[in-house]
Amino acid sequence: MKNESDKQHVFDNPRNVRLVVRVLIVCCVILLLADLVIHRHVDNPLEALFGFYAFYGFVACVVLVLLAKEMRKVLMRNEDYYDSVDD
Amino acid sequence: MILWTTDLPPFVLFYAAAFAALYLRGWWRSVVMLLVPVAGGIHLAGVADGTALHLSVLGFELQPYRVDALSRLFGYLFHIAAFIGIVYSLHVKDTRQQVSALLYAGSALGAVFAGDLMTLFIFWEMLTLSSVFLILARDTERSRSAAVRYLVIQILSGVLLLAGALLWYQKTGSMAFTFIGIDNVAGLLILAAFGIKCAFPLLHNWLTDSYPEATPTGTVFLSAFTTKVAVYALVRGFPGTEELIYIGAVMTCFPIFYAVIENDLRRVLAYSMINQIGFMVVGVGIGTELALNGAVAHAFNDVIFKGLLMMSMGAVLHLTGRINGSDLGGLYKSMPWTTTFCIIGAASISAFPLFSGFVSKSMVMSAALDGNHQVVWLMLLFASAGVFHHAGIKIPFFAFFYKDAGLRPGEAPPNMLIAMAISALLCILIGVFPSILYGSLPFAVDYNPYDSSHVLAQLQILFFSAAAFAWLKLSGIYPPELHSTNLDFDWTYRRFAPQLISRITLLMNTMYQGLRNAVRRRYHALLYKLEQHNGPQGLLARSWPIGSMALWVAILLASTLSLYFITG
Repeated sequence: MKNESDKQHVFDNPRNVRLVVRVLIVCCVILLLADLVIHRHVDNPLEALFGFYAFYGFVACVVLVLLAKEMRKVLMRNEDYYDSVDD
Repeated sequence: MILWTTDLPPFVLFYAAAFAALYLRGWWRSVVMLLVPVAGGIHLAGVADGTALHLSVLGFELQPYRVDALSRLFGYLFHIAAFIGIVYSLHVKDTRQQVSALLYAGSALGAVFAGDLMTLFIFWEMLTLSSVFLILARDTERSRSAAVRYLVIQILSGVLLLAGALLWYQKTGSMAFTFIGIDNVAGLLILAAFGIKCAFPLLHNWLTDSYPEATPTGTVFLSAFTTKVAVYALVRGFPGTEELIYIGAVMTCFPIFYAVIENDLRRVLAYSMINQIGFMVVGVGIGTELALNGAVAHAFNDVIFKGLLMMSMGAVLHLTGRINGSDLGGLYKSMPWTTTFCIIGAASISAFPLFSGFVSKSMVMSAALDGNHQVVWLMLLFASAGVFHHAGIKIPFFAFFYKDAGLRPGEAPPNMLIAMAISALLCILIGVFPSILYGSLPFAVDYNPYDSSHVLAQLQILFFSAAAFAWLKLSGIYPPELHSTNLDFDWTYRRFAPQLISRITLLMNTMYQGLRNAVRRRYHALLYKLEQHNGPQGLLARSWPIGSMALWVAILLASTLSLYFITG
């Protein structure tokens, strides 16, 4: 078992983690550029904007996380909040 | 075989097996449990659409069994879900859980094949009564109190359904479960009943409260049946009800905020379940053939991929005893298969092209666009990005990657892996060959999810969401996983109402005490006075000797005499 825990795994190496992030960035760039090449058929005027889905996806997630962080300030309690009988 | 008739409702087999499981032990029980969903599924394939059972009870015309395209699809789905759940829980040797799982699956089948509201009501309540044991079986203080709250809320749903059904009968003279609509009180009551089981906003907390407290295997069953029976009931009773579009849109959006800050990963999945049901509810509300097909198809896929995610988290909980994102990490090293299956589930729920979620969710999105529901469409798009964020990335990331928590539990037991493999395979098969699912939908499908516009748009959303996650995480903005409770609407009945009641009780107690003391004081004062005058020493209670009486009479006479002389 000792060997097992000492073994180097894929993401123990920070280079591999950086690689994943880089691949992700390259994919994003390719997908954004694909908007120029592939003509998306459009049902809604917003869709016609260049990179609408890319932009919307990114902003949506950032807004989601930032708002959720703010929510914590109001809503977060101890883990045993409901377990304690007294207030 | 005499039981092998087309008139045999599917629930009978499950109920019979539940009864048998009470008396069987060891692998005999396992064999029976595995055979039931297989036999039931094959049997269902041989039953023609239009098959029905009629029954007359106390003057009610009931239809306890009705097969059409819609109920058949849910029938297949529940057989598959039951089979996967049973394989997943084969290692469990707990009669209570095994019997209740069979009863629970049978009740779900009973409900979707119910042709009248009374039969639906009976199975509606059976769903509750059978499933509560899957929560209780965890045997913790938390699970017990969550189970009680679950029971109360679910029974309330049943009572509403019964009241609505009786009013509906009074109004229409029929118990048949067909289109109901909300233009009457009966319809509103029935919608409220469905809404509770469907986890409508503000009615949703029973789900996020109880599912994460159930046993690792119990949650897999729970996540498959109750809410999907409710979605089926909505499709049957309320298609095209516009209000549902907005209710559904809210359901897709608000839970994802909670999912981001929630630490218990099974609770994250519970929130994400509400988000997915939201897509289905929107589809029901739009009510076009494409939208209803999308809602039903998404319900089908959701059972499989949500089940898969619940199974992967159940495996983690089973092996490590932990389920909080803050206490896990690095499990990919010792659980590579579970990790792989979890990622397939995550890709499916995020609607990656070639995975099952994509082929059904895009139907609902397209239907929203077709119907010119622009704001709703933007909300759904927001929710699509959000679901990838919390279910697609957060679940696998915090459980299997991120910081190594030093846990080396080893791989999940073989039966768990097989169950996850079956689900993963279905996710990919349906994603790659959507016609498998499309062919069974209630309406003919003229829809191709794999046109270049859809695929590109979806990939852009997903990859840029992933980029947002990577950026937020690397820059340290992403909120850390913390041991915490996040207040949700259940605060009103778990904290506010009990506290209000105890405060009111305290206040009334104080008032009562004050009143009692005041009355007591007056009473004592009165007693004192009475005693003073009438007590043994009191003036009015003294005994008067005859001598003093004669004296006083003499004094009185003397004074009268003297007055007489003075005035005379």
